[in-house]
Amino acid sequence: MHMREEWDGFAAGHWTDDVNVRDFVQRNYTPYDGDESFLEGPTKATDTLWGKVQELQAQERANGGVLDCETEVVSGLTSYGPGYIDPELKDLEKVVGLQTDKPLKRAFMPYGGIKMAEQAAESYGYKINPKYHKIFNEYHKTHNQAVFDAYTPEMRAARHSHVITGLPDTYGRGRIVGDYRRVALYGIDFLIAKKQEDLLNCGDGTMTDDVIRLREEIAEQIRALKGMKEMAAAYGYDISQPARDAHEAVQWLYFGYLAAIKTQNGAAMSVGRISTFLDIYLQRDLASGKITETEAQELIDHLVLKFRMVKFARIPSYNELFSGDPVWATLEVAGMGQDGRSMVTKNDFRFLHTLENMGPAPEPNLTVLYSKRLPEAFRRYAAKISIDTSSIQYENDDVMRPVWGDDYSICCCVSATETGKEMQFFGARANLAKCLNYAINGGKDAKFNDKQGNHMQVGPELAPITSEYLDYDEVMHKFDLMMDWLAGLYVNILDLIQYMHDKYYYEAAEMALIDTNVRRTFATGIAGFSHVVDSLSAIKYARVKTVRDESGIVVDYKVEGDFPRYGNDDDRADDIAVWLLKTFMTKIRKHHTYRNSEPTTSILTITSNVVYGKATGALPDGRPAYTPFSPGANPSYGAEKNGLLASLNSVAKLPYEYALDGISNTQTINPGALGNDEGQRIGNLVHVLDGYFSEGAHHLNVNVFGVDKLKDAMEHPEKPEYANFTIRVSGYAVKFIDLTREQQLDVIARTCHDRM
Amino acid sequence: MLGRVHSTESFGSADGPGVRFVVFLQGCDMRCRYCHNADTWDRDGGQLLSATQILDRAERYRSYWGPEGGITVSGGEALLQAGFVAELFEEAHRRGIGTCLDTSLQPFTRDEPFFPTFRRLIKSCDLVLADIKHIDPERHRWLTGHGNENILDGLRFLAEVGEPVWIRQVLVPGVTDDDAQLQATREFVDNLPNVERVEVLPYHTLGKFKWDGLGIPYPLEGVEPPSQESIEHARRILCKGE
Repeated sequence: MHMREEWDGFAAGHWTDDVNVRDFVQRNYTPYDGDESFLEGPTKATDTLWGKVQELQAQERANGGVLDCETEVVSGLTSYGPGYIDPELKDLEKVVGLQTDKPLKRAFMPYGGIKMAEQAAESYGYKINPKYHKIFNEYHKTHNQAVFDAYTPEMRAARHSHVITGLPDTYGRGRIVGDYRRVALYGIDFLIAKKQEDLLNCGDGTMTDDVIRLREEIAEQIRALKGMKEMAAAYGYDISQPARDAHEAVQWLYFGYLAAIKTQNGAAMSVGRISTFLDIYLQRDLASGKITETEAQELIDHLVLKFRMVKFARIPSYNELFSGDPVWATLEVAGMGQDGRSMVTKNDFRFLHTLENMGPAPEPNLTVLYSKRLPEAFRRYAAKISIDTSSIQYENDDVMRPVWGDDYSICCCVSATETGKEMQFFGARANLAKCLNYAINGGKDAKFNDKQGNHMQVGPELAPITSEYLDYDEVMHKFDLMMDWLAGLYVNILDLIQYMHDKYYYEAAEMALIDTNVRRTFATGIAGFSHVVDSLSAIKYARVKTVRDESGIVVDYKVEGDFPRYGNDDDRADDIAVWLLKTFMTKIRKHHTYRNSEPTTSILTITSNVVYGKATGALPDGRPAYTPFSPGANPSYGAEKNGLLASLNSVAKLPYEYALDGISNTQTINPGALGNDEGQRIGNLVHVLDGYFSEGAHHLNVNVFGVDKLKDAMEHPEKPEYANFTIRVSGYAVKFIDLTREQQLDVIARTCHDRM
Repeated sequence: MLGRVHSTESFGSADGPGVRFVVFLQGCDMRCRYCHNADTWDRDGGQLLSATQILDRAERYRSYWGPEGGITVSGGEALLQAGFVAELFEEAHRRGIGTCLDTSLQPFTRDEPFFPTFRRLIKSCDLVLADIKHIDPERHRWLTGHGNENILDGLRFLAEVGEPVWIRQVLVPGVTDDDAQLQATREFVDNLPNVERVEVLPYHTLGKFKWDGLGIPYPLEGVEPPSQESIEHARRILCKGE
């Protein structure tokens, strides 16, 4: 392909002939190591539109969480004509496009499961047109039904008891990031031509399962690309050709993302690594005098405004798992290039600056790809924004780059994926805390009963431990066997779910923007991590006495003596943590994974630590029955006795290579504990981040506020200052007042690093 | 030589420049009415640790310190174990670790055996954080149980040897927040050319539970932390010229 006129001024390379956005970025971006002084405030249009959206959000809250809900139209690329924040203000919108015909209106998306789509609407007081009940039950199956058709009784039992939990069998698996930049750089026609080429070259004519499936998928992708053009045309844009300027680049890219969120309601609908890419277009227009810095910022503000408005209809049990209406429109800034140049551009400042121009907000899930080698001015600016807004998270580029290259995106809360080259099969969590109790109780569940009223036999009927005091070696042996069982069952459940999701709810629009020969990862996860570590430590270093019910099942534990806890930089406990991660991951790897995907695991729980904990009995570490787990890889509540850095060092010991799906850590620091004045706080937070990531850690959520503020916000959610009060939870940000009260209490109970 | 250590904190953010590992030594003879570490008073408590043990632990956090961070020895009253602190600081300097002493200077005297030990300590101390509890000797005695004459002399000594010092004052409503006190303190500081910074630390009640735990009535019951306005006011007087 020759250089096209839309690419005037760009350096040519492999990217001009093949779809290769990374090559385009590397050849054309301008690193920036200056400070934030060039940034501009919001325009009047931005203030007006954001004001309008805030009004709508207030109405949404007053309405019990939902402003409007579709009941008649099945969501698709072209189900609706154009929609605007306010039809009268539509000329102010630099970036157009809504999921439905009205702002914040939730679409009807039945393919994941008609039952869930109906329930979601009903829980908000809406009724889906009954004709769809008939269509999606009698004429067309949905993902949820297909999964339950194939589940074995053992799988159902494990799901029921929450030893495997949060499975994407009632909601879209998400976590697939289309390379939305491709729409801007190439235009749709070129992308269609490339996919048609792929279809021609798919298979040698021998129709095996995988060839048939792939051919059908490519055809679906081409159909989706055509649909995107039609969708954009409704807004008066022809996206068949490459974007000609920054405004078009932002708009084209957003249309790509809009296609994804009109067709899929995945648990995570990430935006990806778009900041450096878009800077190239902004830089070109700024240099030629086509736009001013104010206009550049306005484009980014309006794009971010759209990401703040993404909504899905969810069922109540989903909201309990993932509290606060998150969509994980995760968006990355910064990172280092393979050639050693920082990828920080002015645009990375602009994206963070949206939190100042429009105030804090949970979406998009702004993620700084951190390295100590990033320009100091940028690290300081990010730290300042963290201190002011608690709205951003940090991930260690220095541990991810060797694995994923320098063009990866974050596809969920914290999980990396190579942009446009990879997709992920997301698969919830195995509850290792419950597994430990099964090891002690011979596979019987302490909470759930069978039909005869006896403790449900969920795991294999191994001989239970019958001694009064637990013996470390005996427990470790049984736990090892029980984890073998759990890992196998877990992988098989996920294989089944992913198969059905591909079949009944294929992500054609996102996959159309990913290479046909895609690499796939298979993401498992661990829940209850810190409690298992501390429990094993208690059994090893103290004496743990069992308390049994009349049937002989252990329902509680009494710990005699002290024991080291994970979170204090004490190798005695931390070595158990490392062992646990490595052991579980090794067991997962033994099994076949769907479509020969690469298995990974994570220690991140989102807010589901509350729900998982509620289903899990008492543990030998002293955690009472049916109380929340600590989130992600965080140490347990009250375990951290040696301050923030000791806690960080414990988490940093977990090897990322064994948890490529991510190790999430959330810390809350009282402003006073970070320093006496703003300058000191910024400097100290930069030191904390530099140090933590130098230790090889993966992820950190930083909250800077005191517990008093949380308590006041819980009691007085109506105060205007709390309307946008955003906090980081495990892997995402959320408006504190949108959390359930239970979740709020959980957040308040977590360790706040304070100063004595 | 072993030191009596009450506890350590991996993340000291306001105990000298940058991020610091803080060692709280056990034992203090002052009885400040607002003390937030009353559990460090007892001279016989704590854990016995060597300089090597402490520094090995501290160095686990070296990657967080940046160029200006290091260790801070606080208390209790660190100077009750001046010999141990001197040894600790000397070893720290051998390892290239910055050192900072947080003290009330209450044990200060120009007499033997303290004085030579203190001189030795100061040689390997990069910065002293010195509290002035109250500038008036009588009020000081009321507040802490001790006079302040030797403390002010200690500060003069540090000026004589040119040791870098940050002065800190806890702002307690009704106790240290009157203009006369603040101005007198500032005038005293004006004669100390080695003072690099004056910090106002707003009184807080976070340590109150420790008094309750020790079964001692809390002497400042009912005193609230100072208002933002009063903090700003005190800073205007005490930190002028900075």
